[in-house]
Amino acid sequence: MGLLRVQKDLAGQGERPSAVPHTLSEAFPASPTDASAVAFALSRLPRTHAPILWVQDRLSRKEAGRPMLAGLSADRPIIMVDLSRAADVLWVMEDGLRCRSLGAVIGEVWGDPPALDFTATKRLAMRAEAADVSCWLIRRAASPDLSAARDRWRIASLPSGAHPHDAQAPGAPRWALDLFRSRRTQPGQWVATYDAPSDRVHFAAPVRDRTLEPRDGAGRERAAG
Amino acid sequence: MEREGNAPPDDIPVVLAREGQHGPVIHAANRCARLEGIQAGSRVVDMRAICPELQVAYADEAGDRAALDRLVLWARRWCPWTVRDGDDGLILDTTGADHLWGGEAAMLIEMETQLSLLGLTARLAVAPTWGAAWALARFGPVRAICAADEAYFKLGPLPVTGLRLDGATVLLLRRLGLKTIGAVMDVPRLSLTRRFVKAGLAANPLMRLDQVMGLLAEPVSSVDTKPVIRAQVLLAEPIFDPTLYLADLCEDLCAQLKHAGQGCRRLHLTVFKTDGDVSHVDVATSASTRDAGHLHSLFRDKVERINPGFGFDLITLSAGGVEAMSVSQNTLEGGADDDLHLTQLIDRLSAKFGPRAVTRPVLRQSHVPERAEAQIAALADSPADMAVLTKERPLRLFDHPEEVRVLYAVPEGPPAQFVWRRQTHRVTRYAGPERIAPEWWKDRPGTRLRDYFKIEDQTGLRLWLYREGLHEDGRGGDPRWFVHGCFA
Repeated sequence: MGLLRVQKDLAGQGERPSAVPHTLSEAFPASPTDASAVAFALSRLPRTHAPILWVQDRLSRKEAGRPMLAGLSADRPIIMVDLSRAADVLWVMEDGLRCRSLGAVIGEVWGDPPALDFTATKRLAMRAEAADVSCWLIRRAASPDLSAARDRWRIASLPSGAHPHDAQAPGAPRWALDLFRSRRTQPGQWVATYDAPSDRVHFAAPVRDRTLEPRDGAGRERAAG
Repeated sequence: MEREGNAPPDDIPVVLAREGQHGPVIHAANRCARLEGIQAGSRVVDMRAICPELQVAYADEAGDRAALDRLVLWARRWCPWTVRDGDDGLILDTTGADHLWGGEAAMLIEMETQLSLLGLTARLAVAPTWGAAWALARFGPVRAICAADEAYFKLGPLPVTGLRLDGATVLLLRRLGLKTIGAVMDVPRLSLTRRFVKAGLAANPLMRLDQVMGLLAEPVSSVDTKPVIRAQVLLAEPIFDPTLYLADLCEDLCAQLKHAGQGCRRLHLTVFKTDGDVSHVDVATSASTRDAGHLHSLFRDKVERINPGFGFDLITLSAGGVEAMSVSQNTLEGGADDDLHLTQLIDRLSAKFGPRAVTRPVLRQSHVPERAEAQIAALADSPADMAVLTKERPLRLFDHPEEVRVLYAVPEGPPAQFVWRRQTHRVTRYAGPERIAPEWWKDRPGTRLRDYFKIEDQTGLRLWLYREGLHEDGRGGDPRWFVHGCFA
């Protein structure tokens, strides 16, 4: 029990006042092999040393791999549960949300299994709020059907920022975040830059080209001709 | 010896073999085989030449030892101090216990009777010291009894192998012409001391002789038994479902554990069927506990797996892995114990999905990515030498690297384009290579090195790609490319 000693109450209180209660969020990666959704979920977890319960079904593990401990920035213990069916994943998540000493519960479900319906997500959300443990459901190859998740994100990778020392190498990861449904805040779209050394996400409004005014096109035509 | 229902008849030579340095050697032989001239310790092929109809079975040495340990406790019926002696003996300290059985001779007859009812052949002897009893039981007359002052006369004619010496010393004594214990006793003490001054106990005839004569102490340190903590319910009629009685059994067991100040880590539920058969279900916990409600919940989905047969009329619940457990109050107001909840959660998950499904990854000292992580039990202590990795590693790792078809830009660099899972990825940026050489102390010869690249494709997907081997490295054909992980 040495490392698993729970420091949830004390750790991290100064960094972020937990005005927002922890609840159930869903993340839909743009493609199954996109690891941005997992990284975003990890960056939103409270900064504690409490263990994470990480539940995967078989297809998620086969198609999208398993989390690699050396690649996770935070050194917190992870309890992995490898299961074969999605119904078992939901059962374990619900059981884990009874335990207040967990830091977070992360579940990965592949596709749209019949067990993952509105009732199941509602149970998860209510349990997560009752235990005040944040819970993330990462759904690959799934359609955003009816769900009781309080926040629902669509997440895709974007070409990364510039590397400070090597122009050829990929730099800080950038993600396209789309909060398309939220119970607590206004939905919106952002381009996020992940700063790995400090484990922070910087949000920015997406930059788009302005719509063309009719006069502009005419001017360019004139210049060409 | 292994006991089976189909014991071979006594007129067939049967030996038990164990693995020796040059093939199997004889571990033990039955009487018929010994009469044919077969000796323990010689090679099976040689003995087959002597006796072609020899039957050979492999010896179960660990099983024999465990059976002997059980027999040590079983022998407590005659005296309170018993201990195992080597791999083939029991020592009973019967001081003050023989008169309960009508004297020493009657006690030996009683012991031989009881042991033969178990199907065991025993050679017994009573002597004032451990060493004298050892020698008399193996080389002396049947049911030998040696009083305190008779050791010189009774042990004198026995061969020197009765002194518990190693083979080299016995050979040396034989070469010196000392063939019996009595001959060694007659040698002046000073010469023996001078000759074996540096020898250890197993090679020192003088010290062994002193042990036999009682000049050197050799106490019997008896092994302790733990009391079995068990709850049982005896039913008037056979039933098929133990669920109703399980809660009471758990309560009873936990009350016993609490009384003893102990907790258990395993539970064995056994039902005794009316047709004489036995069926059982085991559950385990990750930390010792005596919480009846929690232990009961572990059986929730497992009781159905019990095979009731024609019904059973006796249910026992016994605790395994019993260890001392002290209760500590960790909050002033007596609130919930968080650590306890976590262990109970892991118990529930392990009981439902098996202990292999619930693991905890820890870092290990290796550069090869698939070996850099070890899976340990969820609540085990992490190993002391946790590796610290400074290189950038992906967030996700595939269990099996997936091969891709590549289009080269330059042979040594990253590919310009590759096809993975039927999709074409164009490499826009890359970092690397990071070369990871095979671990020659583990890998097979001919394993190729890996050059890892972190690449980014046109959609922003960041992947961990590696090339296995080099061009013209003489270890197979062209190098192959694999995707091994995904970055954030």
